[in-house]
Amino acid sequence: MRTVPAETITEAVEAMCIKVCHELSDDMKACLYDAYEKETSDTGKKILGQLKENLGIASKEMIPICQDTGMAVIFLKVGQEVCFTGGDITDAVNEGVRRGYTKGYLRKSVVSDPIQRVNTGDNTPAVIHYEIVPGDKVMITLAPKGFGSENMSRLFMLKPSDGIEGVKNAIIAAAKDAGPNACPPMVIGVGIGGTFEKCALMAKEALTREAGVHSDIGYVRELEEEMLTKINELGIGPAGLGGKITALAVNINTYPTHIAGLPVAVNICCHVNRHITREI
Amino acid sequence: MERHITVPFDRTVSESLSAGDYVFLTGTVYVARDAAHKRMTEALECGKGLPFDIKDQTIYYMGPSPARPGRVIGSAGPTTASRMDRYAPALMDLGQTGMIGKGRRSEQVKEAMIRNKVTYFAAVGGAGALLSRCITSSEVIAYEDLGTEALLKITVSDFPAIVVTDCHGASLY
Ligand code: SF4
Repeated sequence: MRTVPAETITEAVEAMCIKVCHELSDDMKACLYDAYEKETSDTGKKILGQLKENLGIASKEMIPICQDTGMAVIFLKVGQEVCFTGGDITDAVNEGVRRGYTKGYLRKSVVSDPIQRVNTGDNTPAVIHYEIVPGDKVMITLAPKGFGSENMSRLFMLKPSDGIEGVKNAIIAAAKDAGPNACPPMVIGVGIGGTFEKCALMAKEALTREAGVHSDIGYVRELEEEMLTKINELGIGPAGLGGKITALAVNINTYPTHIAGLPVAVNICCHVNRHITREI
Repeated sequence: MERHITVPFDRTVSESLSAGDYVFLTGTVYVARDAAHKRMTEALECGKGLPFDIKDQTIYYMGPSPARPGRVIGSAGPTTASRMDRYAPALMDLGQTGMIGKGRRSEQVKEAMIRNKVTYFAAVGGAGALLSRCITSSEVIAYEDLGTEALLKITVSDFPAIVVTDCHGASLY
């Protein structure tokens, strides 16, 4: 057994919250720079230029890239030989979020109840997805999620007979619907298969994949490429004002499913696709 | 067309703006999003007035991140305007002339815009650090308990936006 103090997790989460909201990962930055080079519409290029400038100001002056610093989504992959000491692990993660969002001057965007809606004042609780994996390491992935794009996400319970055409139509419909509301250029996470909740979780986790990396399943990789091309052909463009860069990436994860079903989840993210991973 | 506009502005100015115009806004703007709109609407419904005189004013749909010490405001980009669609027509009927946000609007909002000569500007979503530089003062004028959703009065200087829907019914989306 390897012991890991809960405080170590708190400290890591705190630092990750602050970093990820001020500085995009290198893959996402490269993606946006590349989009700027490729965009041919004047307005589109102007907007992508502003987004590039925005990234520079954010990291240099420590102003969050976007004011919506999101709800903290955390994937915690815990090695089965790890034993946490000195406190409850969920509390430790939330304490990290609390400190990060407070000390980092990040926006507190969480309400304690979906109907009564009182702001919790410290951006907790986080949404935490635990997974037990082999080994003695802890892998923390933090992906603060803005809701302009989250609100445009969709889940479709297709029938097996809908097949891959049905999946394509679902992805395109979600992207089209999201349009200007989701701060394009978007990153689109897709889950295909599993159950209702597994499918949504795959779509979310797909957003944390490094940009430019494709699925290693042949047909899925082709689907990712085809969907990216088709979505860019919609002409929605940067900020939804027209152009050829509507999406930066389409990342698809799949899982076995039931003989009666074909679930498809489309999790829409904006160009501020924040994700950071740390191993402990 | 590129235009420099002073806010607040009246209906005549609004009528001169067309979808596609790039504008730089300078002057005073009010900031409100979901929760503040709900409170303003409730105040109107029970016969109380609004916390400010809305005639000729522009509302920026935004909830900033906290200001670091010595700064005016934190990151300050637009939020999705359609969530305010339920509340916006009543405010336009009281004289509001401008809205700043992002994303599509409802038919009811578009009708109210034409009826009251209101302009809808889009600011670039996800450029909050850049946009914060165009904000030179910020004060909470009501609903402080709402945190980031409090009602603010801010001063903007050459704040970049695009007329996305004009008061004649034309829209870029
Ligand atoms: S959708 Fe993304 S870029 Fe747009 S406001 Fe929300 S977090 Fe920011």
